Amino acid sequence: MTFDKVAKILADYRDMEVDQIEMNSKFDDLGLDSLDMVDLVMLLETEFDIEIEIDEKLETVADLVELIDSIKE
Amino acid sequence: MSFNIVGTGSAYPECSKSNEELSQLVDTSDEWISTRTGIKSRHISTSESMTDFVSEAGRLALENASVSPGDLDLIICATIRGDYITPSLACMVQKELGAHCPAFDLNAACTGFIYALDVALGYFARKKAKKILVVAAEAMSKLVDWKDRSTCVLFGDGAGAVVLEEGDGLLSIKISASGSKDFLKIDSSAGNSPFSEDSPINPFLEMNGKEVYKFAVASMCGDLEEVIGEAGLTQQDIDFVLPHQANSRIIETAKGKLKIPAEKYRTNIARFGNTSSASIPILLDELNRAGELKNGDKLALSAFGGGLTTGACVIQWKK
Repeated sequence: MTFDKVAKILADYRDMEVDQIEMNSKFDDLGLDSLDMVDLVMLLETEFDIEIEIDEKLETVADLVELIDSIKE
Repeated sequence: MSFNIVGTGSAYPECSKSNEELSQLVDTSDEWISTRTGIKSRHISTSESMTDFVSEAGRLALENASVSPGDLDLIICATIRGDYITPSLACMVQKELGAHCPAFDLNAACTGFIYALDVALGYFARKKAKKILVVAAEAMSKLVDWKDRSTCVLFGDGAGAVVLEEGDGLLSIKISASGSKDFLKIDSSAGNSPFSEDSPINPFLEMNGKEVYKFAVASMCGDLEEVIGEAGLTQQDIDFVLPHQANSRIIETAKGKLKIPAEKYRTNIARFGNTSSASIPILLDELNRAGELKNGDKLALSAFGGGLTTGACVIQWKK
């Protein structure tokens, strides 16, 4: 499931427990700035073998999961 | 047959502006700039021309190499834009130094210095030159929009120079291009032709920072792996990494992906910002003058920038 993979990669990246990450977690609240978002997106591109265009509107984990699912289809 | 670097020099405008000072011009802060870029201050041209500081960098490199201007066979200058459309900045350097050799500019944006080394290699290979001066100079302060807080704080002005002599110090080099204006561009000047049907231009640097960041990390990792392998070395063999000083976060991310020990990386972005093609030769000059480089040390250089261009090389220090 996309969320589980995203949560695991995000937890590794931020050095935190995976169960601290929820669908409605905001990247801001998790301490990610705009360049951390680029790093995260690059890790996800490798994981899912897709290309993700970074969007200012990516606020929550749910936004990112939705975007990845739409690209995968 | 390739070349050795036998002298280095650098020079830059005297005026240095801190993040604090810039935050009085545009809506930004020292905290924002520092955490996202690693930059604390940058040198900015005031009364001096590019010719002034690039010629000084060249003069210092010649002095460091104990080579006289009359012995040069070629001057190559990497720059996005010199003081004039013509004459080239390289020709102005030739005049200021009192050299008599051919001189030309080359534009590969931030990768310009590596491109210029590759061109120089060709002159040595076909035995057209024994001594070449490669300079790289930028006045980015004249190309950015000082009303755009996302870009004007990132760049600085300066020049670096190296004197090259026939030798076998260059172990491997690669340059690449992938033409695109989508993520990074600066429009040319418009002219005043009454027949022009061009739309109005924006004469300032425009950048999609996030996409350039991705491109930079990927190319730095790929290029360094490639040139180190081509030199017959492993990543553990590298003594110094001199990355293009665009953003310390790019360097940190690439560092995490490569196997080169973290203490091998050198940066001076805190004091210079991104000086485009001049960043690597300024850094090299600082290391040389600090006495950090020992004969036999293996230096890995990597750059990326507008074009989009990339370049990297491995040089064995034999000064």
